[in-house]
Amino acid sequence: MTITQADAGTLWQELTSRVNGGDRFAGLFASRSEGGPLVLSAHVATPGRIDTLDAPLPPGAAGYPALTPGIGAAFWYERVIHDRFGVVPQGHPRLAPLIRPGSPEDHALPRHVAGYGIFTIPHGPVRSGVVESIEYLVETPGEAIPHLNMRVFYKHRGVADRFTGMTAADGALLAERAEGIASVAHALAFCHAVETIAGGRVPPAAGLVRVLHAELERIASHLDVAVRLADAAGLAVATARFALHKERVLRLVSRLCGSRFGRGVVVPGGVSAQPLLPPAQILAEAAKLRKAVTADAAALMATSSFLDRLRGTGPLSPGRARQHGALGPIGKASGYADDARLARPYDGYPSLATRPAPGPAPVHTAGDALARLRVRWEEVDQAFGLLRQAAEDLAERSGDPLRLPCEPSRGRAAGWAEAPQGEVVYDVELADGRIVRCQPRSASFHNLVLMHEVFTGDILTDFPFIEASFGLSVAGVSL
Amino acid sequence: MSIWVLRGLRDGVVTTRWPARPDPYADGWRGPVRLLGPAASVDPALCPAGAISDQGVDQGRCILCGRCVAQRPDLFAWSQGATGPAAAALAREALVVPEVPETDEAVEAARARLRERTAALRRSVHVRHVDAGSDGSEEWEIQALLGPVYDIHRLGVFFTASPRHADVLLVTGAGARGMSGPLRTTYDGMPDPKVVIAAGTDAVSGGLLSQSEAVTGGVAATVPVDVWLPGSPPSPFGIINALLIAVGKLPGGRKRTRRAGEAQ
Repeated sequence: MTITQADAGTLWQELTSRVNGGDRFAGLFASRSEGGPLVLSAHVATPGRIDTLDAPLPPGAAGYPALTPGIGAAFWYERVIHDRFGVVPQGHPRLAPLIRPGSPEDHALPRHVAGYGIFTIPHGPVRSGVVESIEYLVETPGEAIPHLNMRVFYKHRGVADRFTGMTAADGALLAERAEGIASVAHALAFCHAVETIAGGRVPPAAGLVRVLHAELERIASHLDVAVRLADAAGLAVATARFALHKERVLRLVSRLCGSRFGRGVVVPGGVSAQPLLPPAQILAEAAKLRKAVTADAAALMATSSFLDRLRGTGPLSPGRARQHGALGPIGKASGYADDARLARPYDGYPSLATRPAPGPAPVHTAGDALARLRVRWEEVDQAFGLLRQAAEDLAERSGDPLRLPCEPSRGRAAGWAEAPQGEVVYDVELADGRIVRCQPRSASFHNLVLMHEVFTGDILTDFPFIEASFGLSVAGVSL
Repeated sequence: MSIWVLRGLRDGVVTTRWPARPDPYADGWRGPVRLLGPAASVDPALCPAGAISDQGVDQGRCILCGRCVAQRPDLFAWSQGATGPAAAALAREALVVPEVPETDEAVEAARARLRERTAALRRSVHVRHVDAGSDGSEEWEIQALLGPVYDIHRLGVFFTASPRHADVLLVTGAGARGMSGPLRTTYDGMPDPKVVIAAGTDAVSGGLLSQSEAVTGGVAATVPVDVWLPGSPPSPFGIINALLIAVGKLPGGRKRTRRAGEAQ
């Protein structure tokens, strides 16, 4: 639902009152249609749907009152608006470039902490190991980390702008490549927006195939976090074991659809094809995987030298998680769970038992790296359960249609999906069957900013644990 | 700790023997699209990535979405297998199928230049990876090489943190402008002889993002590429294959596929 406000001031008032009333701030961006004014759009997540609040700026306005002093989670969103359109959010605490470096000074080493012996470790953008490009600027007297700064602009690719002019079918392909390790979730969120514009639903069998791929993607991603955590702790066998499981999951995905990342499966209106393996075989493979993963996870969670490194590391307080609206496992580990699969269900999820049975979902409040890993193991277990149910239901729908025509010509809608990292939101506007504007928002973008705050009491050697426990992708941050 | 010793023995040896022995997963891999007939009758708009023209299919642009295979199965088919000389190219133009005759010479010249440079690298190769604007999936596939299934160390290939120790620069991503400087610095920091691999369709041509102002449309705008590996993302076997071709352990270059109607 899109609600248009008179100006930025009333938009902020409405937004603030809704967030205070229990809704979650889910994003803020700006857009300009040809010849029109700059329009600010905010997303608010509420049970059952995501609302869009629009407010046009006066023509030629060079700025507007910043939202960040009122809603801190808008901190990075307003920096992106400044980067892309040059308008100044007046009163913003730190308007440094985020996705586009402006001048050589933007590469200088910032100093936020003064004190005897404090120096800055510039770590990146080319870092040791096979990792994505990001620069961490660690200000430290030697061990403690009083301040961390992040520069994500190095690998900005202009994905959001690239959507413009594409057809919806092409847009789904680009969405898959916005954040490659959450290809399915991004394609889902994009297609949900397009399907909402078309006013259509997808066939039930397609909804189940979508669940199948989304949950396999979640398992692979959480196993990747386990690999990185075990590697950081120097557990060679555990690292190899979880890498083996992850490879098996990716191979299962490739046997289902030909791509190891589930690409090309989700299309507007449904899915492109039936899984290449029969449901009975998917069930057998998933059961085998589940047994192996569960046993190794139990062994990892009983390895005290490993748990010692995670316990109390990188804590995010429940209050901050709620205030920021932390997404995915990071929010859940700090007692704030707003899972799109439950709160705003889509595709096959309403017909499947998303809640772990029996009893309510365990609540974690420690908010440290250990709690985040525990949440991930619970999600993996739940994902295997969903996988089994989806495959069983799919077996009964062998001849069902998988795709309905979905070629809307005009309209605008928000779509969402729960990626392994948390909720992904797409705001899509179409005219004459082409995308005139598409604003992707990944969970990585919303959550990464929280890494500034979790180093209280932690030291340099905790860094890899904290980074791995966040489990985010830089590609999704600097779209 | 002892539980991990036992767990490590659970599945026996899971490591592939490729390239010494064939591997069914590598052979069954679905690669970029190939052409079965004349492409002149095809509307180039069929391909979202602009890989199809009346010249043929540019596999360096193919994002493996499969739309052309689904709509014109008479003209397009998947190429099969992640490895072998056809999977990675020693010249950018060799990724366009069917090849024009001049491509043969270009590939031969590139191979000769590469052979000259890499004669000393065969038994111990150190690789530096740089992400120049990838979507993140390529990194997963390269990390897989360090896992137990692919275990690239068995081939004498090692990843290194310092460009000063590196022989091979493995670049992923569409060539984000923000990474041009760091990528060039890394390349300049490597000692000679050095080899550059563009891994993935994004690195080869920019893929779907080639029109974006924020990228250079492939990494060749910043560093001189020796081996071109398409794929969105490329398979781990494809990356090993490209690495071995780069250092001369496997014969590189594509076999020429003749144009339809050309004399045999």
